[in-house]
Amino acid sequence: MGPDAVGVPLSKKAYSAEAGATQDAYAQVPGFYTLFRTELVLSARRRSDIVNPLLFFVTVLAMMPLGIGPEPEMLSRMAPGLIWVMSLLATLLSQESLFRGDYEDGSLEQLALQPQPLYFPVLAKVLVHWLVTGVPLALLSPLLGMMLNLGAAGYWPLFISLVLGTASLSLIGAVGAALTVALRRPGLLLALIIMPLYVPVLIFGTGTVQAALDGYSFGPQLAVLGAILAVAAALAPLASAGAIRISLEN
Amino acid sequence: MSSSRLSPSAASPVSPAQNAAVCSDGLCANGLSCERDGRVLFAGLDFQLPAGTALQIEGANGAGKSTLIRTLIGSTSDYDGDILWGGKAFPRSLAAMRAELLYIGHHAGVRRGLSPLENLAWYGAAAGDAMAALDAVGLYGFEDTLCQQLSAGQNRRVALARLYLPAVPKLWILDEPLAALDVAGVESLEACMRGHLQRGGSVLLTSHQPVNIQPLVKVNLADFQPQERHWEAEYGA
Repeated sequence: MGPDAVGVPLSKKAYSAEAGATQDAYAQVPGFYTLFRTELVLSARRRSDIVNPLLFFVTVLAMMPLGIGPEPEMLSRMAPGLIWVMSLLATLLSQESLFRGDYEDGSLEQLALQPQPLYFPVLAKVLVHWLVTGVPLALLSPLLGMMLNLGAAGYWPLFISLVLGTASLSLIGAVGAALTVALRRPGLLLALIIMPLYVPVLIFGTGTVQAALDGYSFGPQLAVLGAILAVAAALAPLASAGAIRISLEN
Repeated sequence: MSSSRLSPSAASPVSPAQNAAVCSDGLCANGLSCERDGRVLFAGLDFQLPAGTALQIEGANGAGKSTLIRTLIGSTSDYDGDILWGGKAFPRSLAAMRAELLYIGHHAGVRRGLSPLENLAWYGAAAGDAMAALDAVGLYGFEDTLCQQLSAGQNRRVALARLYLPAVPKLWILDEPLAALDVAGVESLEACMRGHLQRGGSVLLTSHQPVNIQPLVKVNLADFQPQERHWEAEYGA
């Protein structure tokens, strides 16, 4: 069986149950790389999805000195927490649309119909979500740290903790997005589901930066962030896959 | 009695032996009933869909065609009766059925942010096969246009182009495949389905319009709807 099989009687082989496993039958399931590349292409074409969270992040943080006063000491004390809370909210804002488009055009259902588990499709989507929201946020954070008079010792810890932390946020948020994908307006419900799960990431994220600013080693906090990420990477796609199947049943 | 022991969910009058004789091949339903929100959509539905045949589900709007389709692809397990694939009942045979299933639903699975060619690549088609399929559905020249810029009918054709790919799965379940298609598109699709039947595949589709393929069995859901009117008993006819 090759590509020249158009119109000729399909062999028994292509029609047999094992055909899914052989590569000469046309594969219905996109592999991980195809899924990942497709998501990247889609994200690149919907630039507002990338730019909106970043714009939100930057504008709100730029407002902060206007709201709480320009005293450098006050700002530098609040900087780690402010930057972390804002990246958390920016991630949350972008999370709602994670599965929505796929749900509405039916491609989520097509994926769910495949015999293969949904783990890798979900992981591919989350990975792309992190690449287009979490990583830019982390890259921007030193600049915003400078605006908020963050101590120089805090730049690297802030960047590294955001890189690790936003990956966990994307993974955890995917569970909420999957649970609420069948709802028309999930807004507040999504926040209520996800926010409590974001708390450990927030605590250890700001803890990392604070420890560095106070002159302590921030290794332990980073290690906990890494552990959270490892657990989230293993379990969150599984939970999201289950939630997607529940959402699709109705 | 023995039938209920062999398949726990079975409440069908068909004996297991008869079951196996009729349903050793392809997709079958035995005494299938579905209820949504307290309303019985259909009850006691039986059909066989052996290889090389087609089945058209008919019914008025809201008669439960899409619910039936979603039940048959295993998206919901909220039903009574048996669905069999290759002689084995769901959910035991569900994975085997899905391995040979090509399903195009109401939401056709076409990503609007991708071009038709990229959409088919997402379904695992090689570029040459995808171009041939798009040409067959009349989308030659549109292969690199984003689907959000195409019309509803053209988007439908992108979804249907999957049927023209080589080595397609054996069982096609299509929800309203003819909707939004023009006359030439309908004829081309019918020819494609006839070819699929000749090659030993099977097609289950819903449609409001007549479909010119052979051999075609029609099942009208109206024949399986409860006939009693509760108001006649309550208020008098």
